[in-house]
Amino acid sequence: MSGDWSFWLREHKGTLLAFAAFVVMFTIYAANHPAGLNANVATTAANKGVLLAIVAMAQTLVVLTSGIDLSVGMVMILANCLASSIVVGSTLTTTIGVVVVLLVGCLCGAINGLIVIFGRLQPIVTTIATGAVYYGAALALRPVPGGDVNTQLADALTGQLPGGVPESLALLLAVVAIVWVPFRRSAIGRAAYAVGSSEVAAYMSGVPVNRAKFVAYTLSGLLASMAGLFVTFITYTGEASAANGNTYTLYSIAAVVLGGVSLFGGSGSAIGAIFGALMFRTIGDLLFVFDVEPLWQPLFQGIVLSAAVCLGAVRLLRIRNRLDLYG
Amino acid sequence: MAEVPSAANRSGRVIDKVGSMRRRIDPALAWAFGCIVLVLLIGSLYSSSFLSPQYLLQQLKVASFLGVIATGTMIVVLLGQIDLSVPWVVAVGGMMATAATGWGPLGEAMAIPVGIGCGVALGLVSGVGVAFLRIPSMVVTLAMNAVAQGLMIVHTGGFSPQDSSSPAMRFLATGNTVLGIPNAVLVWAVVGTAAVFLLTRTTFGRTVYAIGNRERAAYLSGARTRTVVMMAFALAGGLSALGGVLLAGYASKAAQAMGDPYLLPAIAAVVLGGTSILGGRGSYLGTVAGVILITLLQSILSVMQMPEFGRHVTYGIVIIAMLLIYGRGRRPAE
Repeated sequence: MSGDWSFWLREHKGTLLAFAAFVVMFTIYAANHPAGLNANVATTAANKGVLLAIVAMAQTLVVLTSGIDLSVGMVMILANCLASSIVVGSTLTTTIGVVVVLLVGCLCGAINGLIVIFGRLQPIVTTIATGAVYYGAALALRPVPGGDVNTQLADALTGQLPGGVPESLALLLAVVAIVWVPFRRSAIGRAAYAVGSSEVAAYMSGVPVNRAKFVAYTLSGLLASMAGLFVTFITYTGEASAANGNTYTLYSIAAVVLGGVSLFGGSGSAIGAIFGALMFRTIGDLLFVFDVEPLWQPLFQGIVLSAAVCLGAVRLLRIRNRLDLYG
Repeated sequence: MAEVPSAANRSGRVIDKVGSMRRRIDPALAWAFGCIVLVLLIGSLYSSSFLSPQYLLQQLKVASFLGVIATGTMIVVLLGQIDLSVPWVVAVGGMMATAATGWGPLGEAMAIPVGIGCGVALGLVSGVGVAFLRIPSMVVTLAMNAVAQGLMIVHTGGFSPQDSSSPAMRFLATGNTVLGIPNAVLVWAVVGTAAVFLLTRTTFGRTVYAIGNRERAAYLSGARTRTVVMMAFALAGGLSALGGVLLAGYASKAAQAMGDPYLLPAIAAVVLGGTSILGGRGSYLGTVAGVILITLLQSILSVMQMPEFGRHVTYGIVIIAMLLIYGRGRRPAE
């Protein structure tokens, strides 16, 4: 069975590398934290990390089909603004509110998918334009920051489980189990991978290209709206901030790349992207722990990101024929 | 034996040219210019001053900042790549130029070259990453954006440089010289003419189109693909920084987030002008049309006093609608 092993290793290399890098970084972080790794430190770190991890998962689904979603941040902002208005009150109204927010997220994703599939526009341009529309909708809902959220639910999802385990990690696990695992194991998920590897070949082999793309985009919208809900739970308010939306979009791309997902599509997994996101967040925290002047933090983050990106060039060493470089 | 073209032969060729020009009128170009006229007509229904030369010149001036930045974006898009480092390279251009102004008389004279030079340097690094390390441009430029941001935060926080622009920058961005035409428009005209020359009359330009169509074929034909890709990114960085210099001159000071509102409109303008986001296809005239269209659209929406959310929604829908009309790709079966 050694053949199976090496195959498995090769398939999950990106994910495993991201996981290893994250573990190393987090260990350094925890060992050097002035307060040690107590429950509060872990919870704060987990909340920030999980938020980016969910956005990165949303980005992964689209990237796997060799697309890109520049509207994930804006869908997140829209969900945040919507949730700050309707996820309030009794258990019943809160539940309805959560469902509506998730449905709106699905709708945003589905619109992206429909335009890409039937409009035959490039994903990058489509999502720039729809992102503007979603941001406009968010601004209409919340011209000024404000709103409220069911604090009981919010605290329950951002606090700690008995034993000090951050609740948000359980939430992330649930999201993976409910959205990612069924997708990855279904025929439609495999179709999405096939489309990402080669759309023409997938089409010729009778793979349901359009359905796979549609599902990927819709689930991406769903995940982005989950991230928006989570923002609301952390901040208790809704804010239509274009800067936040764009930052999360760009960070999600960075997390996806760090997580070993190929931007050309067809390889990588959302699990890798999750560790990519956690790693990206830990980089920022590491600098804090080592007392780097806050002024220098963004620069170091940029340099670490560049260095990680440059690791992608290692494949050049293995190339036998220079023509392989030019697709 | 040298061939001497006869008169008949020559006139035949001219007719051929006219015919092929008519056939070759780009639908994207026609639609973009059509929409510009439409926007102006709708605007003139609201206020007669919409068609006045002052208003149009003012709009051209505002458009010229986006125009300079979009020129760089277009060259990169023609390669089939993308430049996400626009926001902070624009800021670097503006902030380094104003910082140089504070270094004394020599710095003041060198302000504009310093700003542009910093942009070229950042673009060059991105170019090396894309051309030699073969990392996807989306990631390289994203990382470069983060590095530029970090550099500027250290620079402004640690050295508190001057942030007001030099007289020369203000003159370029806000002055008028010839016939009341704003200098910024003249700068855009010079940049545009140079870009057209570069793209259509030089080896560099032809190689850019060739790489955008099929990099492998360009490489096999002996084109120096890596150098060209690297230079294209350096050029784009320089143009973004020039945009930043002009913006800093216009606002008479540089600010950290000054480049943020330019990334997406620049890409949108290039694509609305008919340049394929996959590379290899597109004309500079289209980009000009796209830039003017986007500027007019933003202006008319604010003249109509549409609330901000409506502006964003309309802006997005117009881009999608126009691209659905003429920017559609092929089916996988084709």
